[in-house]
Amino acid sequence: MGDCLLVTIQVDMHDRLALALQEDLTERISATGAHGVLIDISSLEIVDSFIGRMFANIAAMARVLDAVTVVVGMQPAVAITLVELGLSLPGVRTALNVERGIALLRSSLDVPETGDVSGVS
Amino acid sequence: MSTSSRLPGLLREKEAELLREWIREQTQTLSTQQGRLSETDLREQSREFLALLRRATQDGELADVRGSGWREVLDALASLSRSRARQGFTPAQTASFIFSLKGPLFALLRKELGNDGAALADETWTASVLLDQLGLYTAESFIKNREEIISRQQEEMLELSTPVVKLWEGVLALPMIGTLDSARTQIVMETLLQKIVETGAEVAIIDITGVPTVDTLVAQHLIKTVTAARLMGADCIISGIRPQIAQTIVHLGVDLGDVVTKATLADAFAVALQRRGLVLSAARPRS
Repeated sequence: MGDCLLVTIQVDMHDRLALALQEDLTERISATGAHGVLIDISSLEIVDSFIGRMFANIAAMARVLDAVTVVVGMQPAVAITLVELGLSLPGVRTALNVERGIALLRSSLDVPETGDVSGVS
Repeated sequence: MSTSSRLPGLLREKEAELLREWIREQTQTLSTQQGRLSETDLREQSREFLALLRRATQDGELADVRGSGWREVLDALASLSRSRARQGFTPAQTASFIFSLKGPLFALLRKELGNDGAALADETWTASVLLDQLGLYTAESFIKNREEIISRQQEEMLELSTPVVKLWEGVLALPMIGTLDSARTQIVMETLLQKIVETGAEVAIIDITGVPTVDTLVAQHLIKTVTAARLMGADCIISGIRPQIAQTIVHLGVDLGDVVTKATLADAFAVALQRRGLVLSAARPRS
């Protein structure tokens, strides 16, 4: 999808899966030269502090690799849990659903590098 | 002492006289609290109570009102204090229902036993102990009833819905009224987040005009709510901050972080519209 990567998490995350995702994603960002990462966690119902930190880590790593991370579709229960755990995910941009997330990514990619992204209305 | 007491006999023989005197006594003290209790009600309650008291003293123990013979009397007192608690009587006014019986009863005892000083003292003591116990029981059940009323009201307060209203397409408002504690904030947070999912709102305005005080805990709760909403992809604006609350927040050293705050709901709404890319303009005057 253009220069954006879309990650959809469909199963309950466990620690090793999260680490694998982190590894995989950084590989792919550098391989494809993507400028945006969209993580859809609308099917994720359980989070713990490790997963929460992993999102923050992925966002930080992506930023180092010059890509913007947007987390979309977070469930209310998940949001409350993360807040209670003290993880407010600073630096991670959020959106309600994939559509809004893509719009957000496009607008944030559009502004700094106009004309660089092709096929974006 | 109690077995040879003449009290049961006197109560049986002089019931009508005692009742008349008692009601007269009560109407005198109650005259300042007119309107709450009609005289017929009072008469009925007094008559009923005296009849129960007579029955209980016939076969019951005079020294201990917790015995089985006194159950009916205690039940009657409990229901009486319950009704008076609802009508807004003070505990003293309620307990005086029993204590006002002392005067007529002692007068009666003096009249009947006037010559025998020792017997008069004994009987007065017995009657006094008895009525004190009943009076204390009344006060006790009055307070118990009050507490029940208070706890029920508390529950109702908690159940008061925390409405999330839609101001505009994609703009939600959450007017908060009353003190914020952990339990309420939890409910507020859940309803807000649920509503964000349902409506797909991008901006939520939390209005705290109705929140009387903001301490560190309340501020913490507010920040948590704002953060959770942000994680869901919605921006939060806190509005309705009164001058005193602004002072308190700064004095407490609470850091509201990068939360947008506005003085009034109108200001917050304007910001929300701006974020949605909407402009309000005056309608063109009709030509």
